[in-house]
Amino acid sequence: MATAELTFGAASKPAQSRSELIAFAVMVVFLIVAPAFLYPVFLMKALCFALFACAFNLLIGYVGLLSFGHALYFGWASYVSAHLAKVGTISLPYWVGSWKWLVIPLPPLSPELAILGGTLFAAFLGLIAGSLAIRRQGIYFAMITLALAQMMYFFAVQAPFTGGEDGIQAVPRGNLFGLISLADPIAMYFTVVVIFLAGFLMIYRIIHSPFGEVLKAIRENEQRAISLGYKTDRYKLAAFILSATFTGVAGATKAIVFQLASLTDVDWPMSGEVVLMTLVGGLGTVFGPVIGAFFVITLENYLTKIGQWVLVVQGTIFVACVLLFRRGIVGEIAHALRIRL
Amino acid sequence: MFEIFGIPSQALFGQLLLGLINGSFYALLSLGLAVIFGMLNIINFAHGAQYMLGAFVAFFLLQYLGINYWLALVISPIVVGLTGIVIERLFLQWLYKLDHLYGLLLTFGIALIIEGVFRNYFGSSGLPYRAPELLQGGQNLGFMFLPNYRAWVVVFSLVVCLTTWFVIERTKLGSYLRAATENPTLVRAFGINVPRMITLTYGFGVGLAALAGVMAAPIYNVSPQMGANLIIVVFAVVVIGGMGSIMGAIVTGFGLGVIEGLTKVFFPEASNTVIFIIMAIVLLIRPAGLFGRRA
Repeated sequence: MATAELTFGAASKPAQSRSELIAFAVMVVFLIVAPAFLYPVFLMKALCFALFACAFNLLIGYVGLLSFGHALYFGWASYVSAHLAKVGTISLPYWVGSWKWLVIPLPPLSPELAILGGTLFAAFLGLIAGSLAIRRQGIYFAMITLALAQMMYFFAVQAPFTGGEDGIQAVPRGNLFGLISLADPIAMYFTVVVIFLAGFLMIYRIIHSPFGEVLKAIRENEQRAISLGYKTDRYKLAAFILSATFTGVAGATKAIVFQLASLTDVDWPMSGEVVLMTLVGGLGTVFGPVIGAFFVITLENYLTKIGQWVLVVQGTIFVACVLLFRRGIVGEIAHALRIRL
Repeated sequence: MFEIFGIPSQALFGQLLLGLINGSFYALLSLGLAVIFGMLNIINFAHGAQYMLGAFVAFFLLQYLGINYWLALVISPIVVGLTGIVIERLFLQWLYKLDHLYGLLLTFGIALIIEGVFRNYFGSSGLPYRAPELLQGGQNLGFMFLPNYRAWVVVFSLVVCLTTWFVIERTKLGSYLRAATENPTLVRAFGINVPRMITLTYGFGVGLAALAGVMAAPIYNVSPQMGANLIIVVFAVVVIGGMGSIMGAIVTGFGLGVIEGLTKVFFPEASNTVIFIIMAIVLLIRPAGLFGRRA
């Protein structure tokens, strides 16, 4: 059965890093001046989702793997980070004839350590889910990631530390490195900007490294990559873990910013939302996920009044993107201008 | 009343029956998914929404037109199947030459639209739908009480599943279908209208989902969310069974329903997750699925 590949924004254009540099400069300037005329909380939300979408795009855009369960890493990282920042003490159940609790007493951690903890946990989940999911290809991969994420959603509902329906509320923002109080919105905003830009640049570096080239080779033709001697399963797993890790950074940061970790972030509509952001912005483009995240978050901000119609609007955008412009916003612009973005 | 493994027989068989009922829905839905995937190469994410749609059509028929359960059992799958045919003609037919993932994304979008519309008008609370008069009440079997309606659901869905299997595996129509799955170009060369077959297959698969929805209506409440969570479990069932075999889908569906029911008795905390855990184990031991062919 002949099936063409996914349409990627700027798949086969020659390297023209000048356009990317200009776009990056514009983005940085925008992020610096934006709080003067936009609500910082909105910007921070959009940035967390932008990093989330960039991490997701690393997998779909550059390895061609559609994960439908990325809420798993996003949500669990936010739980762990919220818990570490608010409570600190870790209790792990273990089995010796009956269930016992291994208690690691910790004080509430500072925000950078809480984010680090959430990120590490997301990486760990990525390792487990990734090694299961890469055993099947294509459509099955999407279904497996979705099912595993749903399983962990039920754990989140039942586990005592997540607070069930209430979530973990009133998470302290604390002092960054024990020095800078993040209760100040501008300090919090620029911390999020730094985290976002660091994540964005690292993902950019990964995509353009020799490792990233192998990932793209797997996307284009996995059999060929195997016959060239690459152990594609290892590359896929590594990409999966990296994607989960950056997703974890985004989720853990979001918990600190909003002082809340809740079931919304682990549930499957969140997985769908990040797919939507990346698809709207442009699969396999560097800036697409960022634009897509800002687009979807802005849309939701304006649509909160219309309640459940949000779902209908999102669904319609999905349908329109798949049928009419598969390259996404950034992909279409890059295609029209014949540049790389 | 007696006990098995320290569990009262009433509880054990009650959960076993509930497991069989869930299993019949898993079987009907994964069967539909497998049939659609075979012909269209698309994973129909809207399957859960179409199951919900089936239940709602039955509810509307009773509420506004006074049409009873038995007629709804026929009308609702036809109506929902027709909407499926419209969806296939309007949207899906443009995707066959593209990557499979676009089909998943598109049907996901359609699922969101359907669910959003119904949530908007009916909120998240369930609407009751009474079982038909004929199937009210139940039988006392000595070791358990068997509600008539539940027995009917298990038997009827088994009949539907086996009929579908028979049509696909043992009739001439089914052999066209299987041939078109293997090599559509060649089948077209023999003068068979493959695009029309694809359209009708999608309509049929969607109709099966709607049928499951009508049968579910008297057991669970009719609510806009009834399909969304179910479809994820059905995806896990499909991963476990593999979509290569019709009988495999049926056996896996019923089997996993029973296992889930037993888990509710012996280890209730895990009853939500047991199917996903089995999926993980199957992926470790037999990555292609229990009945799957290695691609």
